[in-house]
Amino acid sequence: MLRVHVALRRGAFALRAHFDQPTPGVAALFGRSGCGKSTLINLIAGLLRPDEGFVSLDDRVLVDTRDGTWIAPEARRIGYVFQDARLFPHLRVAANLRYAARRAAEPGYVGFDEVTALLALEPLLGRRAHQLSGGEKQRVAIGRALLGQPRLLLLDEPLASLDAARRDEVLPYLERLRDHLRIPMVYVSHQFEEVLRLATHVVLIESGETIAEGEIGAMSLRPELRRIVGPEAVGAVVDGEVLRVETDGGLAAVAVGKGELRVSAAGLAAGMRLRVQILARDVIVATGEISGLSVRNALRGTISSIATDVADARLITIEVGGAQILARVTTDAARDLTLAVGMPVAALVKSVSISADRLRRL
Amino acid sequence: MIWLHPSERTALWLSLEVSVRSVLMSLPFAVLMAWLLARRRFLGRTLLDALVHLPLVLPPVAVGYLLLIVFGNRGLIGAWLHRVFGLTLIFTRNGAALATAVMTFPVMVRAMRISLENVDHGLEDAARMLGAGPLDRFATVTLPLMLPGILAGMIMAFSAGLGEFGAVITFVSNIPGETRTLPLALYTALQSPGGDAAAARLATISIVLGLSGLLLAEWFARRVRRMLGR
Repeated sequence: MLRVHVALRRGAFALRAHFDQPTPGVAALFGRSGCGKSTLINLIAGLLRPDEGFVSLDDRVLVDTRDGTWIAPEARRIGYVFQDARLFPHLRVAANLRYAARRAAEPGYVGFDEVTALLALEPLLGRRAHQLSGGEKQRVAIGRALLGQPRLLLLDEPLASLDAARRDEVLPYLERLRDHLRIPMVYVSHQFEEVLRLATHVVLIESGETIAEGEIGAMSLRPELRRIVGPEAVGAVVDGEVLRVETDGGLAAVAVGKGELRVSAAGLAAGMRLRVQILARDVIVATGEISGLSVRNALRGTISSIATDVADARLITIEVGGAQILARVTTDAARDLTLAVGMPVAALVKSVSISADRLRRL
Repeated sequence: MIWLHPSERTALWLSLEVSVRSVLMSLPFAVLMAWLLARRRFLGRTLLDALVHLPLVLPPVAVGYLLLIVFGNRGLIGAWLHRVFGLTLIFTRNGAALATAVMTFPVMVRAMRISLENVDHGLEDAARMLGAGPLDRFATVTLPLMLPGILAGMIMAFSAGLGEFGAVITFVSNIPGETRTLPLALYTALQSPGGDAAAARLATISIVLGLSGLLLAEWFARRVRRMLGR
């Protein structure tokens, strides 16, 4: 368990954070730029000292202002992947990796060869930092952090400085760390797609305060998230199992709640567990019989809440038997359909709206 | 060099020796000073900065005079050095090296400091997160990255040291074979009747040495920049 309960004030900026993350697992610190995510991660690393509070990792107290406990960052055994990689420019990649390995506590849980294989670093070993692309730099930085045999890995927007293609190049490696090494991670991001793919636990941060934390599915329904991601990116995250793959249409049927959702994605097979985000703007609400529509997905359920959303729209939460999805409808439409809590409805979702970047294998 | 008079050759070698000694003498202090001024924030930092640069703006003769007061055989530190180590600075090449070191100190610190200010502090944090303590970080990250500045500072101080005149002649006088360095020999040649040819030769050597130093420093800086990909 990573426990972070800290307060820090720097001039006009105040940070107050409270969260407990189960380990192993990936906690995403999610919030807008400048909300204090990096400050918080530096407090966990020990590069900043809290004015008040404590940080502990698996019963090891790293800092506690009540009794003056302080473990210096170099003794914390926490790996840190910075946004700008920060590879040592005077050393080659291999020497950068060895720098970490040489200072790691024995015995380690991951070896040099395993790390180079996991992150495909072999061809880069003889190069210097300035001879690497942005994505390669981050892979080396991740490898270097791992070779310190950390008990916790902090990642401060490691993909923020990369373009979309490079991002897709690095993300699978991070998934491998999570799944193969089972190393606890704290991942700072302001991209919900990254959070969806990596995180098991989400901590929402707004203007220096942690405002909510929990599993990603529950967090995706929180109104606070809407303020952070913006109205276009609002959408419920649901888990489901692939029931079958329909070879003719290239679609896979996924059980969501008591309904079925068809998604279009390559590489799926029956029995796989999936996590998908269904954007609220992609969901159409129907009250009567449905006919003559091209939409492949109709999830039947009942309305569990109606909230005001952006101007002239309502955000409808529909309970579909164990899962909840969000739908955005205009205020006019909500009135015409006389939508109300408890009313049975069908949620229509276009299959093509659930593409690879809104979907993750579990 | 074959066309140099033996006394001129002595002056040349003496100059090189004094300059090398002065560089080695001030090196650790210059690195420390550069680090203090670039990385630390403390009370009196501006004053310390000004003190370091003082030899640049003071008349060299004034520096020589101050050295006489402090490091002369009756001076505060000079008397102690003489008593404890039997070391005499006044009228010796050691004294010439000290005077040269003080005069070239600002040049050396400046080059090192600029280079240290260009070392990304974040790299030190990165080393820290990998388990490197303060000395480890300094030795394995900070020092190698400021190395171009250290070398540039050494070369610049060496070249400038070859030409140090005022402070040297005031502090250790103009003794052939002991403190008569290249510029002092040049001055002496100009003072003596028929010394024009000698003066020309010594001036030529000074120009060649100075120019070589500057070119060498530049070549070095370029090489290191290329290595670091800047």
